[in-house]
Amino acid sequence: MTKIVVVTSGKGGVGKTTTSAALATGLAQRGHKTTVIDFDVGLRNLDLIMGCERRVVYDLVNVINGDANLKQGLIKDKRVEDLFILPASQTRDKDALTLEGVEKVLEGLKEMGMEYIICDSPAGIEKGALTAAYFADEAVVVTNPEVSSVRDSDRILGILSSKTRKAERGEGDIPASLLLTRYSPERVERGEMLSVEDVKDILAIDLLGVIPESQAVLNASNSGAPVILDSESDAGKAYEDAVARFLGEQRPHRFLTANKKGLFGRLFGAQ
Amino acid sequence: MTVAFEEKAVLEFKGRMLMMTVLLLKDLDPNTLHRQVSQRLDEAAQWLRDAPVVVDLADPGSADQVGLMAAVDTLRGLGVNLVALARNEHLDSDTAAMLGLGSISLAGGRDVPRSAEPAPAEQPAEPGHTLVIDQPVRSGQQIYSRGDLIVLAPVSTGAELLAEGHIHVYNTLRGRALAGVRGDQSARIFCQKLDAELVSIAGIYRVAEDLPEQHRKQAVHITLDGDAMRFADLK
Ligand SMILES: Nc1ncnc2c1ncn2[C@@H]1O[C@H](COP(=O)(O)OP(=O)(O)OP(=O)(O)O)[C@@H](O)[C@H]1O
Ligand SMILES: [Mg+2]
Repeated sequence: MTKIVVVTSGKGGVGKTTTSAALATGLAQRGHKTTVIDFDVGLRNLDLIMGCERRVVYDLVNVINGDANLKQGLIKDKRVEDLFILPASQTRDKDALTLEGVEKVLEGLKEMGMEYIICDSPAGIEKGALTAAYFADEAVVVTNPEVSSVRDSDRILGILSSKTRKAERGEGDIPASLLLTRYSPERVERGEMLSVEDVKDILAIDLLGVIPESQAVLNASNSGAPVILDSESDAGKAYEDAVARFLGEQRPHRFLTANKKGLFGRLFGAQ
Repeated sequence: MTVAFEEKAVLEFKGRMLMMTVLLLKDLDPNTLHRQVSQRLDEAAQWLRDAPVVVDLADPGSADQVGLMAAVDTLRGLGVNLVALARNEHLDSDTAAMLGLGSISLAGGRDVPRSAEPAPAEQPAEPGHTLVIDQPVRSGQQIYSRGDLIVLAPVSTGAELLAEGHIHVYNTLRGRALAGVRGDQSARIFCQKLDAELVSIAGIYRVAEDLPEQHRKQAVHITLDGDAMRFADLK
């Protein structure tokens, strides 16, 4: 059985690509054969985050157009067994992403025995995002703890409930869970950001995880290694927890409270 | 000596929000229009046939007066209850007046991009029938009930509930709730946690800013008393 997961948000720049890379890598690390697809035609950067940008020959649009077959388009990850990347095209026009074409690619991946297909959605609520979400069995909604991001996530959740293939076939809503990223407990305490509880209350969906605002994410993207591979970092651990929860494990949420490093802490070097 | 004489006011301006249907025309060809509109009216529910309609043009720049007159005649001939023409840089109030119509600037007007299509409204239930929704109503979604409307999940900011009868929200109401949209002044709004952008009964409305402070984020019961909205604790 293959599960197709769309990572989406509505608002741009909230961490979809970071999350898609971490989720796909985490699933593959656990032995699940996984492909992560970049649907952001024209703005490809999943390959950068995955550190395979210098091995890109063909892309999703090439495969859809039949310029290359699926095996030629897939890039096998060098670090993690069972992990494949299908990059987006930098140059081609967005209209090349037809639903028929995408369906063909997904069917091909299923035949190859993929257990998970992670679809990194472009921002927005237009065609690109709808195409990435259309065939999904499940959605991970990436949200930052601020009002406009939460509003957009709410909007995309509404759209998902009517615009996926499952919804159109009357099979109901696809399950959706919330990944709250760039969370800064300090800023929440100062009232500058919404708290986990606020966001959960507004969106009324299950919480898959909370990823702290972290320098490790920046380091990871600079070095082209998904942050989940930095297993000592806070963000890496938080993504690892999220992957475990995604697979049904129960894990308590971490990194929700501010590190109290007051004068006392500094004087005595306490953590 | 002059006698100060105070005439009794025979009129009063009221802050009212009215429900009107906007008919967006993409082409003015009278034959096509006649065919398509009569077909739609045949399928439509009575409330739509009676609804006051504002005509809006998809491409107002290319509409000439004669074509516009012909289109308006066609629509009137089919019994469409035209009341106004959507105002924009090409269609001013003079043009509207020539057609015997009022001129209305649609909220948000043309500045609002039309590309992001609104989520389709929930199928109106039969008159008098209660519509029950147990999924969250999300931003951009609109639910219309021809009778009462019961929502068992949160209603987000940017979502809109419309009911000809009462509205019950057994959760947080952050969006808009308009009860009695066809003028039923006895319609009521019940909600477990009031955090609405707007509440309205039979066209009388209050926006978030004007909601009574002591009822904010509380369970309330809203009724209409003449032209005043009454808020009471829902115990
Ligand atoms: N937890 C985090 N801590 C710090 N920075 C982060 C975190 N998550 C993401 N970022 C940063 O935010 C920026 C946007 O991240 P990313 O590209 O993953 O978002 P996106 O949602 O895919 O954006 P787009 O909508 O453009 O596709 C990047 O610079 C990334 O490094
Ligand atoms: Mg991205």
